[in-house]
Amino acid sequence: MHARPLVLAASAAAALLLAGCAPDAASEDAPLTVTDPWVKTAVPEDMMSAAFGTLTNTTDEDITVVAATSDVFPTIELHEVVDGAMAPVEGGFDIPAGESLTLEPGGYHLMIMELPEAIEAGDQVDLTLELSTGATVDLTATAKDFDGGNEEYHGSDMDMGSSE
Amino acid sequence: MTGLSRRRLLLGGAAAGAGAAATLGAARAGLIPVALPDPGPDAAGVNGERTVPFHGPHQAGVTSAPGAHAVYLAFDLLRGTDRERLAAWLRLLSDDAARLTQGRGALADLEPELAVRPAGLTATFGLGREAVRRAGAEAPAWLGPLPAFPQIDALEQRWSGGDAVVLLHGDDPTSIAHLARMIVRDSRSFATLRWRQAGFRRAYGSDPSGTTMRNLFGQVDGSTTPRPGDAAFDSAVWAGSEAPAWLRGGTSLVLRRIAMDLEGWDEVGVDGREASVGRRLSDGAPLSGGAEKDPIDLEARDASGFTVINPAAHAARAHVADPARGIVRMGFTYDDPVESGATDSRGRPAVSHVGLLFGSWQRDVDAQFVPMQRRLAQADLLNTWTTPVGSGVWAIPPGCEEGGFVGETLFG
Repeated sequence: MHARPLVLAASAAAALLLAGCAPDAASEDAPLTVTDPWVKTAVPEDMMSAAFGTLTNTTDEDITVVAATSDVFPTIELHEVVDGAMAPVEGGFDIPAGESLTLEPGGYHLMIMELPEAIEAGDQVDLTLELSTGATVDLTATAKDFDGGNEEYHGSDMDMGSSE
Repeated sequence: MTGLSRRRLLLGGAAAGAGAAATLGAARAGLIPVALPDPGPDAAGVNGERTVPFHGPHQAGVTSAPGAHAVYLAFDLLRGTDRERLAAWLRLLSDDAARLTQGRGALADLEPELAVRPAGLTATFGLGREAVRRAGAEAPAWLGPLPAFPQIDALEQRWSGGDAVVLLHGDDPTSIAHLARMIVRDSRSFATLRWRQAGFRRAYGSDPSGTTMRNLFGQVDGSTTPRPGDAAFDSAVWAGSEAPAWLRGGTSLVLRRIAMDLEGWDEVGVDGREASVGRRLSDGAPLSGGAEKDPIDLEARDASGFTVINPAAHAARAHVADPARGIVRMGFTYDDPVESGATDSRGRPAVSHVGLLFGSWQRDVDAQFVPMQRRLAQADLLNTWTTPVGSGVWAIPPGCEEGGFVGETLFG
């Protein structure tokens, strides 16, 4: 009678481990890994969109993400939301050695400033992050319909230069 | 909580459960509730973190035991959802399911806290004829509405059809609701929600695992259906070389929403109830003798020379000797609010709106489901109190590996 509970306990423990954190597919060699990248759907009339995800510094050195680029979108800025208003992050995103930075609605994000074409739900959007070292990290963000995160559009009146 | 303390809790809980099970054995045989010593609070939440792998050769909702709760969602594709957009939609849905069934928040999930108790959550995706057409793939001949069964059908569009279907089942209704929410949210650009139907079985922990469900007629329902892992299950369910290549390793789903006339059933005594199905109400054993899982003997005769099992009993009419020609059924009870103006079979204001979400898996709907349904439509004593009010048929593609998505075989 006692063998079964032991087996149950072992399999339950294994299940707990599996449920804990499955790493996303990412190169283990990259200085920076990107987990769960996604981008908000938008049409050109929206003028802008934003991309999110978790950036993890896998190295022993601090990393700064200084820029983001794309073959499709001419201008991508590194932004954060402060007091409900969007502002460019001076100098880029600093990610200390071994730590992570989460880009999320209402916080840090990659701001896509012009939309030559719509970003439709389910699109796979290729973006590239540039690091201060000159290294680059490619990522593919999944486009999701998302009604939240609109605080960044308020108050700025589309005029990034005047927003704080 | 440390691994050690959780392990201790799990062991403690399981050992206590084993003792309780022994105590219960005798009581269960007669279905007599007994007072048990209070086992104390379940400090482990032992079932909440249970996960069923999403990835694999078959879809997880087919190969796993039915959960305590189920939600079916049916969708109609928007006009603009072409082959490419259909693939994008299915990829999004698989991504949501792959994360939430494993206890992780979906992408762009504002309530990831809801994901951490999957409790065996599974998601299973099915495609109707129109979706297969949009993908430009070959549809199996059986993919489409069932033939009409005019003797019994009272089908309503609001419970029927759909270009695609999603079945969510698991033991926790909150985690099911959250995955359903993510799926409908991620479907808006591709499809409209056609209907949603929810059902349940006994709560997790009420019955020992594997106990055959009871429907709201009180009947033990599904005694002979093959279980995942049985050879009979495999032979009945998995599509092989006879199916289009994209469907191999998949199956089909027939969903019948069957209204149950509880007020009419009230008028029937125990003998009549047991005769209508051919099984004992107390334990589901065939009236021809033996225990629940024993084969039913349709030839057994009583002292007067009549068959013990009425030839028109449900179990007699549904009986299939070769499991490969049969179906695998998975029922969930529904108990919905009484609808405005509804009346019962005697014309009184209705006081119940209950029935069964009768789901079945089979390789080939025309070869397995339809002949059985035809027999039941021609004669089945249970038809007196049951009415199919919804119906749908979908192809269930095989499972996918990590990085893939269910339905990818359509686009190969």
